Amino acid sequence: MVARASRPCVSTPWIFLTTEAHGGGRLCHYPALEFLNVLSRQFMVKTPMRTFVSEFKVRATATAGDLPQRQFIRTALRGYEVARDRRKGAFQSWESARQAAAETKWAAINHLDEHLVSLTAKLEARGTQVHWASTAAQAREIILQILRDTNARSIIKSKAMTSEEIHLNDALEHAGFTVVESDLGEFIVQLRHETPYHIVFPSMHLRRGEIRELFERELGNAPSDNPEDLTMVARRVMRQKFLQADVGFTGANFAIAETGMISITENEGNSRLTSALPKTMITLLGIEKILPRFADLALFLPMLATAGAGQPMTGYNTMYSGPRQPGEADGPEAWHVVLLDNRRTELLADPEQRDALHCIRCGACLNVCPIFRNVGGHTYGTTYSGPVGSVITPHLRGLQDWKHLSNASSLCGACTEACPVKIDLHHHLLQNRRNAATGQPAVLERLAYKIFGLVANEPKFWRLAKKMGWLSQPLHGAVRGSALDPAKSWTKTRDLPPMPRESFKDWWRNRK
Amino acid sequence: MTERDNILGRIREALQTKAPLPGSHQNSGATPAAANFAGGTPALLSAREWLPAVGETSAAQFGLFAKNCADLKTDFQLLASRDELPAALLQIRDAEKWQRLASHDGELSRIACRSLGLPTLLTDQGYDVQALEKCDAGITECDLLIAQTGGVVVTSRSTGGRALSILPPHHVVIARREQLVPDLPAAFAWLQQKYAPDFPSMISFITGPSRTGDIERILVLGAHGPKKLTILCI
Repeated sequence: MVARASRPCVSTPWIFLTTEAHGGGRLCHYPALEFLNVLSRQFMVKTPMRTFVSEFKVRATATAGDLPQRQFIRTALRGYEVARDRRKGAFQSWESARQAAAETKWAAINHLDEHLVSLTAKLEARGTQVHWASTAAQAREIILQILRDTNARSIIKSKAMTSEEIHLNDALEHAGFTVVESDLGEFIVQLRHETPYHIVFPSMHLRRGEIRELFERELGNAPSDNPEDLTMVARRVMRQKFLQADVGFTGANFAIAETGMISITENEGNSRLTSALPKTMITLLGIEKILPRFADLALFLPMLATAGAGQPMTGYNTMYSGPRQPGEADGPEAWHVVLLDNRRTELLADPEQRDALHCIRCGACLNVCPIFRNVGGHTYGTTYSGPVGSVITPHLRGLQDWKHLSNASSLCGACTEACPVKIDLHHHLLQNRRNAATGQPAVLERLAYKIFGLVANEPKFWRLAKKMGWLSQPLHGAVRGSALDPAKSWTKTRDLPPMPRESFKDWWRNRK
Repeated sequence: MTERDNILGRIREALQTKAPLPGSHQNSGATPAAANFAGGTPALLSAREWLPAVGETSAAQFGLFAKNCADLKTDFQLLASRDELPAALLQIRDAEKWQRLASHDGELSRIACRSLGLPTLLTDQGYDVQALEKCDAGITECDLLIAQTGGVVVTSRSTGGRALSILPPHHVVIARREQLVPDLPAAFAWLQQKYAPDFPSMISFITGPSRTGDIERILVLGAHGPKKLTILCI
């Protein structure tokens, strides 16, 4: 699959040269020309142009070197793991539940057109206004138009990764609207002008002292660094915002085709307030959130809670089927549901990776990923981080620009094991590498492997290579760690043990 | 062509190619269930066999409900009869020095409000949001209690609207014993039976008081919604 997105700079990342998977693409007919082409690309890397991969490497190096921060994240995620395992253990069969969830999402995604038609017809029948957006820009424009039409000034938001995906807050602020994130973690990162660190725990990278300083600076109020006190400060600030907001904005966890409902899962109650108090409600929904039947929630709600946060059930699971209905006491007069494609259909068009659309955004794969734990959520530079982000971002934002994410994986498979809907994540990471290599062959790397194959297959050459390696060891000592060191990506953080004079093979042959 | 047509068109085109069945990738650990899978949705009531066990008898299920409530920091009181309700409510009123109440019209909520003898805002016919915000407690009935999760189900139609159960700092639920269902599949089946196709515009499964762990993953109650949740069951 070849990406369509424009790229800021062409580059072939050196660091991943030896880990690049081999694609099935054919070599260029003019190897010499291709070689020059590759060389010229290598030189472009040296220019100060910033690329997604170079930014990733800079951030990854910085975060991985911050040992106290890594320890802090690890402690938090270990707490999660203990709680999750206890909750998984309470299931009579977590494995059968996973399989059923995988099959349900399979049926939902592979009949997506029928389900969306049913969902939207049922929503519209009860007075909900449905909008369709192919791109992020269209979604932003639809939302801005609704705000203009209702003469809105202030918007209260409950957590929505789709709104991060389309950079909604920037667009709204740019157009002169006031936007407040009401989820505590989202509110904290909004005050810091940051993106969420994690799709479920947005502010997990911050310590209480940092949050206290932030509240003191931005809200002028922080009695102590006790989490309870800080939460109450936010609660008081937010109450007024809720009472004054013209529009409430939410995301969605599930959309029920059978009954025409949106289901929202949360712990704080902010989403309940968002959909109760303002006169207008807007929900931005990725088209893949479909579940076929109302009763499927009986399985998905406890699984989301268990996989996402180690809870038996999240605090509030709320299903909305319309704006305020005749005879009801309150609720919004108008409800707009905006369906967002934003290249999800492109992922759908890839049958091998289609199951990545089964994702219910629980964050379990992030929590167990050794890469996420060490490089942190901001390093990815994407809306969706961790293994699932690395799988889908190349589809959503361009394969060649984001293929490095699939290389930043040990392929250990912890993500696949953790996924409640059984997405074969590490298989897809490998597949992204393959697709990237097919789309843009790494010729130098192929050459290197070709030469290696030649040498390794011929005992004469192999012996010669060993001998030369042993003989040139003193020379390596002179350049070790410098820019001239051919093994620099290894030696800068690791020891390179000396080669013994006699190999195991020789020793075996000569033993008496 | 509208965007709706464009998106549905792209979906239909994409779905021309069939995707491998779930569990067919070599890594995902296919289970026996996969062998029978023909591309439809799995049978619903089987979920009951996989979800956490709930016990057979009503007593076991009430025991489980009480245990779940304790874990969630929900105050659950199983009263011997309807006559004990006023005393239980008065005790909370005095302990928390309630001044103002909010509630809705209902047989049990009427009894509750009458016994408390405080100024009460009824939300059924529309209300002033600022006034509701100043109430010390919201008293509602409910549709269901769920043993499996320790949760309670309220709706915008049967329990006084959307805000009553979320805006006041203390949510008090008055429930009847027969409203307890064993598990989530039973709860969804009940809701479907009772309301489909004309569902209330909001159905909420409330599991414990409002909570957050967004600061260092430390549990704090009362993030935005009620700090306290009390369930009085008669």
